[in-house]
Amino acid sequence: MKKHTLPLIVGFGSLLAVAFSLTSPSNPAAYDVTGFSRLPTLVNGRIKPLDTVARTTLLITQGRQRVTTPDARTLTPAEWLLDVLYQPKVANTYQTFEIVHPDLLALFNLAVADGAGGKRFSAQQLADNLIELERQAKLAYDTDATVRTPYQRAVVQLRESVILYQRLQNSVNDTTSEDFLFHLERYERTLPSTVITKAPRGEDYSAASESKLRADMSRIFSAIDTFGYLRTVPSAKIDDLTGWITAGGAWTASLGGGRIAYAAHVYGEIGRAWVGHHPDGFNQAVRAYRQNLDTSMPTVMSKCDVEVRFNSAQPFYTSMVLYVAAFLAALVSWLKWPNALGRISFGLVGLAFALATAGILARMWLESRPPVTNLYSSALFVGWGAVAICLVLEYFFSNAVGSVAAGLIGFSTLLVAHHLALGGDTMEMMRAVLDSNFWLATHVVTVTVGYSATFLAGFLAVIYVGRGVFTRSLDASTAGALTRMVYGTVCFATLFSFIGTVLGGIWADQSWGRFWGWDPKENGALIIVIWNAIILHARWGGMVKQRGLMALAIFGNIVTAWSWFGVNMLGVGLHSYGFMDAAFWWLVGFVVIQLALIALIALPPQVWLSSSVMTRG
Amino acid sequence: MKTLLIDVRRIMVSLQLTVVLLVFGMILVFAATLDQTNLGIWGIQQKWFRSFIVFQDLQGVTIPIFPGGYLVGGLLLINLIAAHVDRFKFTWLKAGIFLTHAGLILLLIGELLSGIFQEDFHMRLNEGQTKNYAEAYREHELAIIDTTDAKVDDVVSIPEILLAKGTVVQHPDLPFRVVTRAYYPNSFLQSPSAITPASLATVGLGLSVIASPQPVTYKPTETNLISAYVELISPDNSPGVFLVSTGLVAPQLFNYAGRSWRMTLRPKRIYEPFSLTLLKFSHDRYAGTDIPKNFSSRIRLKTSDGRDDRDVVVFMNNPLRYAGLTFYQAGFENNDRTSILQVVRNPSWLVPYVACALMSIGLLAQFGIHLAGFVVKRSS
Repeated sequence: MKKHTLPLIVGFGSLLAVAFSLTSPSNPAAYDVTGFSRLPTLVNGRIKPLDTVARTTLLITQGRQRVTTPDARTLTPAEWLLDVLYQPKVANTYQTFEIVHPDLLALFNLAVADGAGGKRFSAQQLADNLIELERQAKLAYDTDATVRTPYQRAVVQLRESVILYQRLQNSVNDTTSEDFLFHLERYERTLPSTVITKAPRGEDYSAASESKLRADMSRIFSAIDTFGYLRTVPSAKIDDLTGWITAGGAWTASLGGGRIAYAAHVYGEIGRAWVGHHPDGFNQAVRAYRQNLDTSMPTVMSKCDVEVRFNSAQPFYTSMVLYVAAFLAALVSWLKWPNALGRISFGLVGLAFALATAGILARMWLESRPPVTNLYSSALFVGWGAVAICLVLEYFFSNAVGSVAAGLIGFSTLLVAHHLALGGDTMEMMRAVLDSNFWLATHVVTVTVGYSATFLAGFLAVIYVGRGVFTRSLDASTAGALTRMVYGTVCFATLFSFIGTVLGGIWADQSWGRFWGWDPKENGALIIVIWNAIILHARWGGMVKQRGLMALAIFGNIVTAWSWFGVNMLGVGLHSYGFMDAAFWWLVGFVVIQLALIALIALPPQVWLSSSVMTRG
Repeated sequence: MKTLLIDVRRIMVSLQLTVVLLVFGMILVFAATLDQTNLGIWGIQQKWFRSFIVFQDLQGVTIPIFPGGYLVGGLLLINLIAAHVDRFKFTWLKAGIFLTHAGLILLLIGELLSGIFQEDFHMRLNEGQTKNYAEAYREHELAIIDTTDAKVDDVVSIPEILLAKGTVVQHPDLPFRVVTRAYYPNSFLQSPSAITPASLATVGLGLSVIASPQPVTYKPTETNLISAYVELISPDNSPGVFLVSTGLVAPQLFNYAGRSWRMTLRPKRIYEPFSLTLLKFSHDRYAGTDIPKNFSSRIRLKTSDGRDDRDVVVFMNNPLRYAGLTFYQAGFENNDRTSILQVVRNPSWLVPYVACALMSIGLLAQFGIHLAGFVVKRSS
């Protein structure tokens, strides 16, 4: 085999796999579910496709996007949404609520065995005890969010999931009656101007029955308008987002005006076709509505299309897999076939990086924002920045260290991002003070790159310890190269974290009237700057040599993790935009591991497996 | 003795001291951040940063636990300057480091200056209301106002700190001395009953309301209710002992020496040579949510000499800088009809900007020189 063959094959194979993941999602059945999933709706201040609503709701309620029905069919998120919207009884049998707390299960008289995968339960299974859940939630809400017990947190979380689910069910349908959609059709026929062709009136269309119908409908419409989650009916003026209303609102308006908004009509039509199993009618309604939208708001629709494509491609998931592969390949390359595997891992990192870049760019375009807007996107960007530096390092050093670090950091930051995404839609609206693209683009991006670089220096040092203590592969030249890499990265980190912090100070001066206010997030950034300065000065003063530098760099991981996540856990300060509680124990675990690694560095040189091959610094 | 001096000098210019001080600085910032959950953001600044020694109260015993911000920052400043004087020789290769450190010196000095000179006030304006003063957040003053002339108020204001110290105040505009009988930095107001102690007050509202001392709170959600009993004493026919409190909405009114007086304990005021009128406050939300999108206040700015009379808009990230004061959109209340502006006077506000520019340029230059050298070496 020629020396380039294997890398070429692997490279080509993974390219194909990536290309496949980017192809347009296809419809699993005769219904144009994909077309439906691209329809726009306004939720939480943003216009998004129904596909995103379905996916984020599932992530909130059950922590994953896939739905398996009791008869073992697998549903796409959009199919699930259709059932939730139009066949509430059927959807209630799908096990889409994750409950793991044993006391909470006991509250519902459920056992682990009752759930799909031992932890997912259906709305039906919960139905009998929702009042008790409400009572428990009320008790939990009286406790301050920071001091709730795990049980109380689980209660609050489940209660919010159930409310979200119920509101979603009430978006375009009445969950209490079986045949609302057909009454709705009857009602539409009575309107003076309607898009439904006037069918011959049956005997039940007496004036009396008509006014009773209107009275019934009026009550249901306003209930849907009040409880419904989705604002499905577009605004008449394209720039005015406040004009988006619920289907219930549009139907209510028709009671007086005699005309029904086209979108509100379509959602009835789609529902009847879905419930009555008419694929043609379904596809027809979706297509006609889509054509209408394409003429009235083409840019919104192209964003929706891209977002659905982005959702189904899951570029960050693919790139996570690639990072793992690259990490393993690079790791093995230290033991065997350094050239071929080194090249493969470099290529895989490059591919994963390109995908992550594309994903971040897509998010930026969809949001019209700089890359970092919340904790989730900061995780993406920290990983992205660190991998970018790794690619540069690998390009110059070609010793697979950059690839290992890239694989490790790329994977772990995407994993962190994945868990942060469980909170709901990751493209959320920016609170007033953060609503400044200029500062988000300068301060936040620079600071995040500073985080990336500090983490990277720490991970490079971890590689140094791992290879030195546990393998015989850390020879003097590798150790020297790693030292230069760590030193260079720390310099880079100092530069970016300092400039980023300073820009933050200027922003604070512009918006709060003080350059520096000792707010927790500001202090976190300051601590990173100080720590990097400590490393550099200790190095220049000859206070630390190779091993000392590595120990300091690993401690930098703790410092950065605390600044990034720890300060959010304090729950005080102007910046606490990313409050979270469950991650606390992860942070503690991470810190313990880093301390253990530092302890390893302190081991006497003789016990390092590499002691024979390295000249110790 | 001489060797000792040499030792001190060697230590003062050493990089070791720099690293030790940086480590102290880092621990200081970290501990202060954690302490915010107890003391709040204002409390920790006084305790940890604007002090030479940090004292901690341990079950009633106050012990020094850590060097404070002034000590660490001051030593760092001395170390930095000493090191540069002692061993720094200018070369172009080190120009970056030199700039960075010059910037750092400026930054530390700037922070010291703003710690000393910066004053924070706030201004609460209802729609249509005009004010020509701002109020302090924490400091209060005892205002004694001669209201005999319907057109002009003669105000004598006594800073809270004098009440706290119990200083006897004698002012040429007042026909009496002001003596503090009791001062409570936090208190509880109640009506007198059988179980309450007798009031110290001899006249006025203090006869129907009693203030009892409370421990000072640092919680951001609670405010301290400051109260004091002050006696107004004159050679003949003293007005008596009054209760004044930030919890009393109505001022104390009395007549003395043929003049009418009003006395109230109120937030310290700073009067401005111009007036602001709130024309309109807007609170925009994202469609279909309660997430705030923007807050803005449309304000009429009018100077007393008539030189300025115009509309200005203050909104998030866009303050108004005027006459040495900066006005920020800080909050709102009263169903979006009242706007709260933060007012900051900081004569040294430009210093950090200059310092940071110097440091950024320095770091960029230094890093650029190193990177270029590295790339050249690697490529050859």
